[in-house]
Amino acid sequence: MTNAHDRIDAEVKSSDVVLFMKGTPQFPMCGFSGQVVQILDYIGVPYKGINVLEDGDIRQGIKDYSNWPTIPQLYVKGEFIGGCDIAREMFQSGELQQLLADKGVSVGQKASA
Amino acid sequence: MNRRDRIAAALNGGLRPSALDVTDESHLHAGHAGARPGGETHYRIHVISEAFSGKSRVERHRMINALLASEFESGLHALAIHAKAEGE
Repeated sequence: MTNAHDRIDAEVKSSDVVLFMKGTPQFPMCGFSGQVVQILDYIGVPYKGINVLEDGDIRQGIKDYSNWPTIPQLYVKGEFIGGCDIAREMFQSGELQQLLADKGVSVGQKASA
Repeated sequence: MNRRDRIAAALNGGLRPSALDVTDESHLHAGHAGARPGGETHYRIHVISEAFSGKSRVERHRMINALLASEFESGLHALAIHAKAEGE
């Protein structure tokens, strides 16, 4: 568990925006993960997608890391933001875009994965 | 009691909501990852409770997830949450 925790901790701090998801940004394997991919792509913010289906330790570890029982999980500058519902609500209200701006994450670029 | 009823009972007990709707959407996800032959995997809840007043989105979800911990441990796979305080 410590190992998974440390790896996750390193991942969420390695990129401004990190999405733990099922599948990849190019090929989401879950509708909820796919919704967050669409939101991030629409905003145009670069992010790193981490496919939890490829690693059982990460798949369980990410639930423990933020004490959050479901995937996807969105992180900005190392901070846990929420899952699909929260990301969508924040996007629709403009709070997600504002959060990214407040944290100094540039948006409007072509998304990378 | 099926899972829908257990979820409703746990949220009624823990949140004293003024409005609560729990929908089993498992059939919409049949054959997808996390779905099981017996269903009872995917749910959507709409809940209005004074308990959410002044709480952030993450805090509200955490309150709900904590009340449903035993369901997550027993096969609840996905939970779409719409959580509002009174008047929101």
